[in-house]
Amino acid sequence: MSKMHVKMTVNGKEVEALAEPRMLLIHFLREELNITGPHIGCETTHCGACTVDLDGKSVKACTVFVAQANGANVTTVEGLVNDDGSLSVLQEMFREHHGLQCGFCTPGMITRAHRLLQENPNPSEEEVRFGMSGNLCRCTGYQNIVKAILAAAAELNAAREAAQ
Amino acid sequence: MTEAAQTREERATALKGLGTARKRVEDVRFTQGKGNYVDDIKLDGMLFGDFVRSPYAHAKVLSINTEAATALPGVVAVLTAADLEPLGLHWMPTLAGDKQMVLADGKVLFQGQEVAFVIAEDRYIAADAVELVEVEYEEQPVIVDPFKALEPDAPVLREDIRDQLEGAHGPRKHNNHIFTWEQGDKAATEAVLAGADVVAEEMVYYHRTHPCPLETCGCVASMDKVNGKLTLYGTFQAPHAVRTVASLISGIAEHNIRVISPDIGGGFGNKVGVYPGYICSVVASIVTGKPVKWVEDRIENLTSTAFARDYWMKGKIAATKDGKITGLWCHTTADHGAFDACADPTKFPAGFMNICTGSYDIPTAYLSVDGVYTNKAPGGVAYRCSFRVTEAAYFIERMIEVLAIKLGMDAAELRRINFIRADQFPYQSALGWEYDSGNYHAAWEKAMKAVDYEGLRAEQAKRLEDFKAGKTRKLMGIGLTHFTEIVGAGPVKNCDILGLGMFDSCEIRIHPTGSAIARLGTISQGQGHATTFAQILASEIGIPADDITVEEGDTDTAPYGLGTYGSRSTPVAGAATAMAGRKIRAKAQMIAAYLLEVHDDDVEFDVDRFVVKGAPERFKTMKEIAFASYNQAIPGVEPGLEAVSYYDPPNMTYPFGAYVCVVDVDVDTGVTDIRQFYALDDCGTRINPMIIEGQVHGGLTEALAIAMGQEMAYDEIGNVKTATLMDFFWPSPFETPNYQTDWTTTPSPHHPIGAKGVGESPNVGGVPCFSNAVHDAFRPFGLTQTNMPHDHWRVWKVAHDLGLHG
Repeated sequence: MSKMHVKMTVNGKEVEALAEPRMLLIHFLREELNITGPHIGCETTHCGACTVDLDGKSVKACTVFVAQANGANVTTVEGLVNDDGSLSVLQEMFREHHGLQCGFCTPGMITRAHRLLQENPNPSEEEVRFGMSGNLCRCTGYQNIVKAILAAAAELNAAREAAQ
Repeated sequence: MTEAAQTREERATALKGLGTARKRVEDVRFTQGKGNYVDDIKLDGMLFGDFVRSPYAHAKVLSINTEAATALPGVVAVLTAADLEPLGLHWMPTLAGDKQMVLADGKVLFQGQEVAFVIAEDRYIAADAVELVEVEYEEQPVIVDPFKALEPDAPVLREDIRDQLEGAHGPRKHNNHIFTWEQGDKAATEAVLAGADVVAEEMVYYHRTHPCPLETCGCVASMDKVNGKLTLYGTFQAPHAVRTVASLISGIAEHNIRVISPDIGGGFGNKVGVYPGYICSVVASIVTGKPVKWVEDRIENLTSTAFARDYWMKGKIAATKDGKITGLWCHTTADHGAFDACADPTKFPAGFMNICTGSYDIPTAYLSVDGVYTNKAPGGVAYRCSFRVTEAAYFIERMIEVLAIKLGMDAAELRRINFIRADQFPYQSALGWEYDSGNYHAAWEKAMKAVDYEGLRAEQAKRLEDFKAGKTRKLMGIGLTHFTEIVGAGPVKNCDILGLGMFDSCEIRIHPTGSAIARLGTISQGQGHATTFAQILASEIGIPADDITVEEGDTDTAPYGLGTYGSRSTPVAGAATAMAGRKIRAKAQMIAAYLLEVHDDDVEFDVDRFVVKGAPERFKTMKEIAFASYNQAIPGVEPGLEAVSYYDPPNMTYPFGAYVCVVDVDVDTGVTDIRQFYALDDCGTRINPMIIEGQVHGGLTEALAIAMGQEMAYDEIGNVKTATLMDFFWPSPFETPNYQTDWTTTPSPHHPIGAKGVGESPNVGGVPCFSNAVHDAFRPFGLTQTNMPHDHWRVWKVAHDLGLHG
């Protein structure tokens, strides 16, 4: 199959490549760019393991063609660490509150939670549960994931207030 | 602060040993997407494998035409059974003593069965080529009902063993029959039933479900033709067993096979078995001389790799009129699918189903299990449980409820009357187990008090009154469960898989500067072994957990072990860790005595050091001792500080728990709302309370899924109706409640640190608790038993059939 020229920004870096237009964004990231944080769990947009941030929206990269992401700005979990390489507040809170076990859903969870807290910086527990309902976890029962996101929201809000 | 200035408590705290809610060392990698799962592995020149699968549940394969597929640019080869037959690899042995087709050999026996294996340069080309393989089928009559499978004129599913009267587990009485397994005293139990005041009888069905870990199964096989070594990366819960099986099947010498389990994205029993994808990948790598990756998609995972449960459990329970249970009888019809690929210890074809007397002192019992072939996927694995323990727990906890209804008695009180008392341990059960320790009454009373059981019953009575008065359309159900697990398989005298005794192992090396590496025969799939095993060791050898690397999953470096499933890691490998630690400590004692110029018996271990008895100011820290072991010539003591332990447990461990679930049921919509869930677990000595709580949350959520909607459903011609996450219920954060966790601590008397294992308890106890809650809501209207899963439609149907819709 003939290939198309694809150009996008991934985790702040410009990337260019030739890819079959039918290639899924998740395979482009994982196999062409070696960005293996986002995972494949269902291939039907249900589980959210492949969640990435695309132009400021959470999308499931298993059902986006690379052609659709041409020119886009994509952030994966790898792009969420602090500039000095330390864990972000969200990543740290997942660790602090035992919000992960096998780690397979975690990149998608954190990437989605990152966007959720942009959309709603001060969510209630119910809003977190609803806002995260496109991301499935088989290990944790979500209780600690929810706790981690609420703790991160509190810490980020406190830091924001302190800065003002 | 210098070491000398620290108090004893500060030194103990610094170790982060047993009982510490230590943060997980794994998480720094996982939270930034730096895990290394099998699909992340990329080797030079790697090819991709993909399967052609059967659309039919039962059909003859008349022909397979691979020409068009092979002609597609980028396709390297297409394998069929005809290609594997000369190698003797078109069939493979199963863990249950049966055999299974690797690729369809003349017929297919379940939808999704592997028919041909395409090898191509990338996964897209492989998928294209799968579409180009032409297979001609001739449909055969399909059997999806295990009772129909045993009818005299039922079609024969397994032509390969037609009329073979002897199976791996004794006589077969029908061509679709696999085994009959009997435990206990049949005649005595029947006599008890015949003479009992009260007998309650029920058919309890535990439906077919699937472990469905978020990461599917997969592998990368890499045959290095230069040095003759095969490296097999894969999602293996038992890497050493896979190495031995791979050697036996392929004929490659075992020292030339290296099996590596990288990070695993959840297992829950699904990744114990050996699947055709592994065999085909190895063959493909040998044939092509290149690494070959095969990773299932979700549909393949659900339709072809190991399912769980599918037990039809006919029960009779006898009691006196005041509620003392006198006998239990159970006959189970077990649907094993097309091949018997259960992963049970060899002598237990129905696993530990004979723990079905549960937490109760039942003097007389009898169990028989018939294994049956049907046109469904093979499996029957221990899905987040120890070999059919969830089935057993569901059975007895339902039978207790059914008996309570028959007696007109409160189900909490009925349990109380029949619990094995604390003074009866070690307790010999009627079906052959020796329960190690327990204090069921104490756990039960704590649970009843925590939820205000009397208050809940009063609220429920008020609700019922309001319902009858037309003031509400919601009923309230209170689900109770007291479960006893049997985990930690197991003693080599009665537990083996393919002849491999189910011991486990730990090897420890202390480095000169006082840090350490420990390697184990197990493999974490999210349980946090790198965190918790270091904690066990920290307490045993006085080296901080933060200074101990735990490594698992590479058969070239780890000592031999049987892997992680059936909650066996802590009971078996955790014990090996403690025992290896004690060997380190014994040698350290000799070194310390030499350095302190006293007799070995004059020093004693104190948190992180050896001190001279009666003179605590004279000591050598473990760090000092470690260095001395490398730089001092000590008479009679070998240099270095290393130890290995292979631990053969003397008995299983028996974790238990008391759970209460409160549910509101909307009779008009069938919607159930879990208002409260209280889970008290007793897993013996607690290693890391944070991780225990996380395991309980997760296990309860899988239990919620199973009880309330998750099933592998088939239509009458064997089509899988729940092959994607659209239809296979997996609760999201929005559908999952918060849980209240609690504990009591009754250490195992035979385990070196008294730990029992916990990862599977919540799944074992959770399913009956959720299910009992739904049943309880309808008890006043005459419901005794309805099948899981209790999804909205089924709950609505129950209400409808009971006449609650007017």
